Amino acid sequence: MHHELKELAEAWQARPVEERLGMSRRGFMQFCATLATTLGLPATAAAQMQTAIEQKRRPSVIWLHFQECTGCTESMLRAEHPTIEKLILDIISLDYHETLCAAAGHQVEAARRQAMADNKGKYILVIEGAIPTKEDGIYCKVGGQTAIEMTRECAADAAAVIAIGSCASWGGMPSTGPNPTGATGVAEVLGKPVVTIPGCPPNPYNFLATVVHFLSFGSLPEVDHLGRPKFAYSRLIHENCERRAHFDAGRFAMEFGDEGHRKGYCLYKLGCKGPETYANCPTIMFGDAGAGTWPVGCGHPCIGCTEQGVGFQKPIHMLAKVKNVEPPASYPSVGEPQGKGASLGSAAVLTAVAAAAAGAGAMFAKNLGKSHAEQQAAKDKDGKQDNKAAGRE
Amino acid sequence: MSAHVHAAPAPVGGRLLNAVSFVCAVLILSAFAILALRFWGGLGAVTNLNDGYPWGIWVVGDVVIGSAFACGGFSVAMLVYIFNKGEYHPLVRPALLASLFGYSLAGAGVIFDLGRYWNFWHILWPGYASPNSVMFEVAACISLYILVMWLEFSPTFFEKFGWTNAQRKVGRAMFFLVGLGTVLPMMHQSSLGSMLIVFGTQLHPLWQTMALPAIYLISAITIGYAVVLFESCVAAAGYRRSIEMHLLTPLSKVMLGMLGLYLAIRFGDLIVRGAIATAFEPTLQAFMFWLESIAFVLPFWILGSPAKRANPANLFVGGAVLMIAGILLRVNSYLIGYQTGDGWSYFPSIPEMMVTFGMFAIEVLAYIVITRRFPVLPREDHAPAGQAA
Repeated sequence: MHHELKELAEAWQARPVEERLGMSRRGFMQFCATLATTLGLPATAAAQMQTAIEQKRRPSVIWLHFQECTGCTESMLRAEHPTIEKLILDIISLDYHETLCAAAGHQVEAARRQAMADNKGKYILVIEGAIPTKEDGIYCKVGGQTAIEMTRECAADAAAVIAIGSCASWGGMPSTGPNPTGATGVAEVLGKPVVTIPGCPPNPYNFLATVVHFLSFGSLPEVDHLGRPKFAYSRLIHENCERRAHFDAGRFAMEFGDEGHRKGYCLYKLGCKGPETYANCPTIMFGDAGAGTWPVGCGHPCIGCTEQGVGFQKPIHMLAKVKNVEPPASYPSVGEPQGKGASLGSAAVLTAVAAAAAGAGAMFAKNLGKSHAEQQAAKDKDGKQDNKAAGRE
Repeated sequence: MSAHVHAAPAPVGGRLLNAVSFVCAVLILSAFAILALRFWGGLGAVTNLNDGYPWGIWVVGDVVIGSAFACGGFSVAMLVYIFNKGEYHPLVRPALLASLFGYSLAGAGVIFDLGRYWNFWHILWPGYASPNSVMFEVAACISLYILVMWLEFSPTFFEKFGWTNAQRKVGRAMFFLVGLGTVLPMMHQSSLGSMLIVFGTQLHPLWQTMALPAIYLISAITIGYAVVLFESCVAAAGYRRSIEMHLLTPLSKVMLGMLGLYLAIRFGDLIVRGAIATAFEPTLQAFMFWLESIAFVLPFWILGSPAKRANPANLFVGGAVLMIAGILLRVNSYLIGYQTGDGWSYFPSIPEMMVTFGMFAIEVLAYIVITRRFPVLPREDHAPAGQAA
């Protein structure tokens, strides 16, 4: 039975990728190009991704859930370009996922251990949810194992560990004070940095692009000091926000439903955390819900869900610390002076000087002419006298 | 230079303090006071400059017109050394003196006009400089020319102080300095016109033309001769010397020749481009164009015949009118023919004008001091020197 299933699966894998994914060849290539763009990679990278995805061998993925709401998985399931469940089932071999597994109980735990043994050192471990650490982590158990034990066991032989969502990244919402369970992130439990895809939930494409990067290039994308891929988390939301022009011009919504709010003014004064939150929401939106649908686009201030110390910690109405440029206390005048015409005084001075110069010049020329005429007359007289003298001789 | 025997230059002598130098000193002091205010409170404190008219009379008056008036040295040196007309040699030193101060003050005037004057050295500094820009060409040429001119004029000081060794050394390099002193002004006087080409359609078609470099260069050379006529007449009258009519009369003929060439290019260009039609529209620009053109044509009527050229009054008036024409051409093309958009206007403020008057006063005072104390003007034995100024 098990053998037959394996053959069936291999036959399924042998089919061309576009058939497996239920999409046209053209659509598949577009998908690869889109992912390459999300990662900020050149067009040649799309071809590499294409080759990687077309391979028959799918990498094994083990997906663990701890203290969370399954929002990250939900968001993933709602992705439609292409439908992510196809992708997640066909590009990767999702060997363990508590929400999506048909099996249950000891059977599914056995399947996880089997997959880990078969793909030792090659599988990708994805962790969703915070890990409680108080009282030896008794607040979250799966199959009799605490979250801490499970994390350490699965991470030991994983090729890469990815923490998805804010909870797995640093503790997220469950870690909000007073944090009764001692909820914390994956990196802290493992004692080493992991790739984090924070967000509540994060955009599925940020996760997917990270996985495909790993498949294509055998390495994880470049990350910042918090383990966040730089392609998605290197810019403040404020930098690319569609309402930024209103911020710069000093036009703010002062309360929900007021005139400025209805007109789409900047939400900074309603507590928008865009100026201190790093994420690519303004460029790729939130989830896969269509154009303009992300919190700020819909009129709600950003809560800073991707930023440790901001999301779930600062009250939503609290003013953000503007990390790039503080708004100035006053703005330079845009009505610049266009110059004064001639004043009575300046025109008079110029005229007077010109007249004085002209008068002096005229007098000077007159005197020169007069002395010239005198000289000419004298010369003529001399000439006549000379002539007379010559005549006498 | 062809062999000519001339009286050696000698100091005119006489008192330095008189009515003229006193008035000059007052103008200079008030200009300095205004400049102190300008450097304390910025350009807006004393000028009417604005973003639409960033160049006012400090640039147009002190630099563009000032340097054109200072072309006497270059025009006469070209005549004497390049065209080998040695007979004009006595005119070289006084003309060079006027040029020296005209250019040095033009260089200083640029710094007054720069909003961030402390960055003035950027334009000549490798890494900051942009060698493809016309402005760079002007800045580099004028700075170099000022240096060259001081060297060209340095024998006057060496003679005075008896530094024969230095005089001999400079004398050996003089052919090279004179060559540079001819090429450099040709380059930047034409570039002062090229700068306007960059203004594009902001400049009225009566002045916007690819011939602007030629128009600026030839008018500058012509004005150089006009300034020599003007200055020789005024200096002779002021110092009670005889006017060098034997030099000025033929020089005025050279001037008319250059003026003819200028008018041919100016009007030829206007007709070829068809821009002459705009001169018949009822606009301020058309009116100013005709004023400028009349001033350029008048010298032919004033100095047209040999008899008229023999009269020093005509030489003086002809030179003065041509200088006015040069002023009009430059003011018209830089300010009156320049329209940067609706609403912008510019007219110099009184302090702004006072600075420009102060700059010209420096030139006059320096001319008086140097000609009275240093060997610039040719020695004149029969005339009593320095009765008045």
